[in-house]
Amino acid sequence: MENRLRVLRAERAWSQQDLARRLEVSRQSINAIETGKYDPSLPLAFRIAELFGGTIEDIFVSPSRRSSGAI
Amino acid sequence: MARTLAWKRYNWRLIWLSLAYATFLVGAVYGFKHGLVPSALKYLVALLPALPIIGIFAAIGRYLVEEQDEYVRMLMVRQTLWASAFTLSVATIWGFLESFDLVGHVDGYYVAVCWFFGLGVGGLVNKLAYGETGSGC
Repeated sequence: MENRLRVLRAERAWSQQDLARRLEVSRQSINAIETGKYDPSLPLAFRIAELFGGTIEDIFVSPSRRSSGAI
Repeated sequence: MARTLAWKRYNWRLIWLSLAYATFLVGAVYGFKHGLVPSALKYLVALLPALPIIGIFAAIGRYLVEEQDEYVRMLMVRQTLWASAFTLSVATIWGFLESFDLVGHVDGYYVAVCWFFGLGVGGLVNKLAYGETGSGC
């Protein structure tokens, strides 16, 4: 799933390892989510959104909205 | 592969179970070869090497329960599914070939060997799909 995780992380000058530590997941998880290879569960998506002070929709692009050209 | 706490625990269990397997196997083979096993204990001694192997299956299940990193857990689940699919396919193919006397008989415990090899296949598939094996493979 397309997302803005890499951008948000870069804005805070966090490495993947920094973000992984804050979310209590592996660096590999962060890399897989950033590259769109893995879609996080809803609880993890909420944790990511809360860490960046936004909503899930602020970070993750809905596949259906993207395909309809809404975004 | 991420070295999570659950992964470290799993590896320790694997080491102990492997040591137990080697000990039981050598002991059982030696005992049977030299006629040291009493008749009443033959089934028990013959089953001893199987117990640590079953323990490894249980350790993998325990790891999946204990692993808190959902991505790493997903990789391991995929690996075990590939291992199961690989083993069932090989066993089915071999079974038919054996039924028509095209190949020789293979002892049943090779199913476990095949499954562990299948974990390697699953790790390779994970590597191709995600760039991570999902285990130490």
